[in-house]
Amino acid sequence: MTDTSLSGKARRDFIKAALATGGVLTLAPGLMLLTTGAGGEAAAADGKPAVDPKKRWGMLIDTTKCTDDCDKCVSACKEENGWQAEDGSLTDVQWIRKVNVKDPATGFAMSLPVMCQHCANPPCVDVCPTGASMQRVDGIVRVDMHICIGCRYCMMACPYKARSFVHEDIPEERKKPHAPMGKGCVTSCDMCAHRVDVGQIPACVEACDKGAMMFGDLNDPNAGISKRLAEIPTYEIRADLGLDLGVRYTRLP
Amino acid sequence: MKRIHYSLLEGRAGYYAALLVLGAIIGTGLLAFWYMEHYGHIVTGMTNQIVWGMPHVFAVFLIVAASGVLNVASIGSVFDRKAYKPLSRLSAVMAAAVLAGGLMILVLDLGRPDRLIVAMTYYNFKSIFAWNMILYNGFFAVVLLYLFVQMSRSFAVQKYKKHAGMAAFLWRLILTTGTGSIFGWLVARQGYDLAVFAPMFIAMSFSFGLAIFLLLMMALYRAVGRPLGHGLVNRLGRLLGVFVAVAAYFVAVAHLTNLYAPEHQAYEKFILAGGNIYTWLLWGGFGLIGTALPLFLLFSNAARRSFAPVAWASLLVILGGLALMYVIIIGGQAFPLVMFPGKEVSSGFVDGVINSYTPSLPEIALGLAGAALAVAITVFAARVLPILPRSLADDDVDPHLARAADVVELKKAA
Repeated sequence: MTDTSLSGKARRDFIKAALATGGVLTLAPGLMLLTTGAGGEAAAADGKPAVDPKKRWGMLIDTTKCTDDCDKCVSACKEENGWQAEDGSLTDVQWIRKVNVKDPATGFAMSLPVMCQHCANPPCVDVCPTGASMQRVDGIVRVDMHICIGCRYCMMACPYKARSFVHEDIPEERKKPHAPMGKGCVTSCDMCAHRVDVGQIPACVEACDKGAMMFGDLNDPNAGISKRLAEIPTYEIRADLGLDLGVRYTRLP
Repeated sequence: MKRIHYSLLEGRAGYYAALLVLGAIIGTGLLAFWYMEHYGHIVTGMTNQIVWGMPHVFAVFLIVAASGVLNVASIGSVFDRKAYKPLSRLSAVMAAAVLAGGLMILVLDLGRPDRLIVAMTYYNFKSIFAWNMILYNGFFAVVLLYLFVQMSRSFAVQKYKKHAGMAAFLWRLILTTGTGSIFGWLVARQGYDLAVFAPMFIAMSFSFGLAIFLLLMMALYRAVGRPLGHGLVNRLGRLLGVFVAVAAYFVAVAHLTNLYAPEHQAYEKFILAGGNIYTWLLWGGFGLIGTALPLFLLFSNAARRSFAPVAWASLLVILGGLALMYVIIIGGQAFPLVMFPGKEVSSGFVDGVINSYTPSLPEIALGLAGAALAVAITVFAARVLPILPRSLADDDVDPHLARAADVVELKKAA
């Protein structure tokens, strides 16, 4: 009896799943993928969502500790995600770069890392015609390589020059399965989502030995990053655009 | 008014020679596409700073112009101007052809043109780009429906001509609003982020579209020696003059708006007085060649007696339009993104510098192929569909236009 009952339930589940899948595939293939994108990634094996909508991942960069001769965050990102960029290259992929800023009126100069700012209101996501440029429910902004058509409109829209177009084939030995970069598609920092999803911190934060980079859940008042943000004034690059950035800096020129 | 008779485009050797030349240009463009697709965009002049290059200059120019080409039909059916009615069929066909040429370039310049089906099936409805894809496809549908209504022999269908014309006219206004907004809604860049871009693009479309229509119509009629009235060409030429002036007005308003805001003054200084390619193209290309000279030609007395001033003016408007498009698209990206207003910026990712761009041959070949496709489709359509009136002599088109001395055949004029 038990066996029969189980197989009956299994059969019903199968039929439900088949109908649901068939329905979605037949009626709205676009909707299905968009839904997955909006809801985050596929459910983990234990049934819990791999991406927690209650979280909003973010970074705090203490620019008072960041020196212009250090680019360990950049090197770590290259190593972790398999990109290389010659200094001054116009076509190489870049996920993070050190920017030197000087106030011509006062002579004050500083250096800071700039990467995707993981906006809460990302212009790249708004303009993407296919929905390839997407935002996970935990705030991470990334590109779905499967539906990016390489139109580059997101690059036109990004105020931070955070995105790169893959101009040529990436050599096999550099390719990382967690950071696919297909020729003809756009790519950018995804806050090391593959590491974050398994409880690790992004490679750049881990590599910073000056303690200039903090990573954590901005929605958790008990997280170290939230406590620090509550203590000191922090700033967003081009805050005037109202994009509500996931990356904040302790000091900007 | 006399009944308008339409007939298929005549000629044999000339027709096939034209298609052969156009086919060769299209073929070269397709080879260029294959080359860029095979090696990646690394072989083009485009970079991570100038992400939209020469193909976009051609593509956006043609897409904008396409809706302007349709205006001739709209003036006939929506605004009930008698003289324009015989041109409605050609106008509709040419509009669809020019849009097809522009879209071909746009699609073949994608990083992943093989994913066109993705672009057609996955829509982010918040994206103005996605809306444009719907508007482009809709434009084909609306224009073809309009053409069908015009060409139908059934009165039951014909009586909806004005409605179809109105639908096409409204659609084209929305379409160009969408195209302008692709740039106008880019909040991050100094050269864009302007609401006036939408009406500016509409004005540009009126001007570029009518110039293309006039040039192609005159070329077709001259090639096959059909009668073409000076009164008609002169009237269309004067209308072109008005459109040219309106387009220049909107371009001036866009720059003046930017000039007034200190945050955009550095950009305007770069474009208007930078002494660079964009400065030359804006003042010399668009201002002088694309606006002042055509206005002089179109309103000259010579334009009443000869086709040459209108033909030259149309050509100059097209060249000036391409120059303006280059300034808008490439110039807007060449100016560095302002992340820290008022500060000096440098990095290994060329922050804070004027971005350079040199168009590559494959990019230009692809752009020209789109233009050639537009002409080829028009010529082919004229061969298989009765869209060309047998005579566009003034007294056949509109008695008010007729001036005995002006009714000449192009052959004689030549």
